[in-house]
Amino acid sequence: MIATENNIALKVEGLKKHFPLKRGFLQGTYGWIKAVDGVDFEIAEGKTLGLVGESGCGKSTVARLLLNLLEPDNGEVIFRGQSTRGLSKDKMKILRKNMQIIFQDPFGSLNPRMTIGQSVEEGLRIIEVPRGERKDRVKRLLEMVGISARSADRYPHEFSGGQRQRIGIARALSVEPSLIICDEPVSALDVSIQAQIINLLKDLQEELGLSYLFISHDLNVVAYLSDSVAVMYLGQIMEYSPTEELFENPMHPYTLALLSSVPASEPMQELERKTLRGDVPSPQDPPPGCKFQGRCPLVEDRCRRGEIPFKRDEETHMFRCWKVG
Amino acid sequence: MDMKEKILSVLDLKVYFTGNELPPSRAVDGLDYHLGRGETVCVVGESGCGKTVSALAVLGLVPMPPGRIVGGKILFEGRDLLELDEPELQKIRGKRIAMVFQEPLTSLNPVFTIGEQIEEAIKVHMRLDPDEARLRCIQLLDDVGIPRAKDRLKDYPHQLSGGQRQRVMIAMALSCDPDVIIADEPTTALDVTIQAQILDLFKSLQESRSMSVLYITHDLGVVADIADRVYVMYAGVIAEQGKRADIFDNPSHPYTQGLLASLPSRSKRGKRLHSIPGTVPNPAYKPVGCPFHPRCRLVIDTCKTQFPEMCEWGSDHLSRCPVLYDMENKQGGS
Repeated sequence: MIATENNIALKVEGLKKHFPLKRGFLQGTYGWIKAVDGVDFEIAEGKTLGLVGESGCGKSTVARLLLNLLEPDNGEVIFRGQSTRGLSKDKMKILRKNMQIIFQDPFGSLNPRMTIGQSVEEGLRIIEVPRGERKDRVKRLLEMVGISARSADRYPHEFSGGQRQRIGIARALSVEPSLIICDEPVSALDVSIQAQIINLLKDLQEELGLSYLFISHDLNVVAYLSDSVAVMYLGQIMEYSPTEELFENPMHPYTLALLSSVPASEPMQELERKTLRGDVPSPQDPPPGCKFQGRCPLVEDRCRRGEIPFKRDEETHMFRCWKVG
Repeated sequence: MDMKEKILSVLDLKVYFTGNELPPSRAVDGLDYHLGRGETVCVVGESGCGKTVSALAVLGLVPMPPGRIVGGKILFEGRDLLELDEPELQKIRGKRIAMVFQEPLTSLNPVFTIGEQIEEAIKVHMRLDPDEARLRCIQLLDDVGIPRAKDRLKDYPHQLSGGQRQRVMIAMALSCDPDVIIADEPTTALDVTIQAQILDLFKSLQESRSMSVLYITHDLGVVADIADRVYVMYAGVIAEQGKRADIFDNPSHPYTQGLLASLPSRSKRGKRLHSIPGTVPNPAYKPVGCPFHPRCRLVIDTCKTQFPEMCEWGSDHLSRCPVLYDMENKQGGS
């Protein structure tokens, strides 16, 4: 993770996005949803960063901010040394070509009226691959993800969930990106299919040198795939560390609770469970201080005042908590 | 727990669905399982393996048509539920056997308060006056861990979080003190920290009320957490059954072995995940012989023609794979 400037694929600094809450038309704002509230991380070339957290913690908003599908309120997204802020349309197009996304729902993300060949070809058209070469490229892309090239003329409904996810991957690959944001790509799939897709993602990474931001709520998948992990809670990174270190030596009380709530995939390893009370609070106008204060077993007065800075344990292990370390 | 009284048994159940001109979809195709009193039994399988349909059949909730119960028995305390008429079934459904569904938002009616919805079941099954019913509601919400239960009665489903909605569903299921709860993927839509809360709730409720729980899930992690016994389902039949330890420490069907090996985890980092090739067969066009044979690593010719019998690996540990059984036992003998 100690990366020099030139092998960092993507760097995010102080990223913020607050959504205003409005009451009706013309009546002004009465509150803010702090969906992403100061997020920093970096992804080295060819590596995988796992972004974990519960629903509503802002994971998907981060993904949309990275792709500039949403304009950040504050902070920078730096892709290969270049800020994505205020890019011209042409430059943006180049950025999008380099950064692609795979979505969770393979049923909703393919156009049902286009054959899968057409869906994959769309990307090739956008990057202006000559018409004559497109058919071949589509075939190669489909085969790369394990779909028979003969199925190019079939429609999405003729495929299973796992196959559709493969098609989504082929579509993302069509523009030859260097970074892929995987937003819960295996959560909707059955276990046996999930393993196939995970293997495919790993193979493609090796073959094409891709970097991944792997967004998931499934800690087992993240532990298996990622080189480093960022744990997110209510719009902030709570803990950020190389994967081994995070799982061996989790520091933040939220990470601890999260790890102990995961049903053991290594069966029979009875972990003492630290069940958290309460739900993930709403990101609407959170109280000052630590975001986790409402559910934290260690909470004390100073946690309710002011921002909690990152503490470092070793060079690379960072967490936001006064109480530990 | 070996000798526990069976409260619910499903015997050779077959549920088919007929569509337009296609061969019937054999969703449940000769299913056997039982649930002992006070036991938590998990039925685990991938989507489309028939686990939900079998649960719906128990409660007489399979939509007919297109569904059709082709054969088998569902014995509840010795009575065959399939032979009961609707009024008789009504007395059991909700009162003696209750169900918790996966998606609490779609299973709750958005235009009634949660209080009204919980009371509905109480009014149908128990003779309580409105005040008593209300008190019972509050008690139930309290039991399932909803804070300020009294004030929440007037809330509509959309005012609750996902975890709270699922707690309300569980409160509804508990409302008439059922003997059996069938829970169909009750935590699948929830976050892990909330899932942990709900699983703990199930465990504590089961202890305090000595209920039997039939828990349907696709998540082997959940199974490892709560099950006394496990049934692994594939393509409408049981592939393997056993106590929790049998299934996880000594899986004896290639499908179970494949599923366990394909779970990602930290200890498998750097290694390639095992993956079962292919996909779950379409229930209308199941392969002849063993339904798993096209995806199986041990397939031999007989698998393609003969439906495999259950082989006994230990007390109550059965697996539908004679090939693996013969292999292991020969090795053991030599």
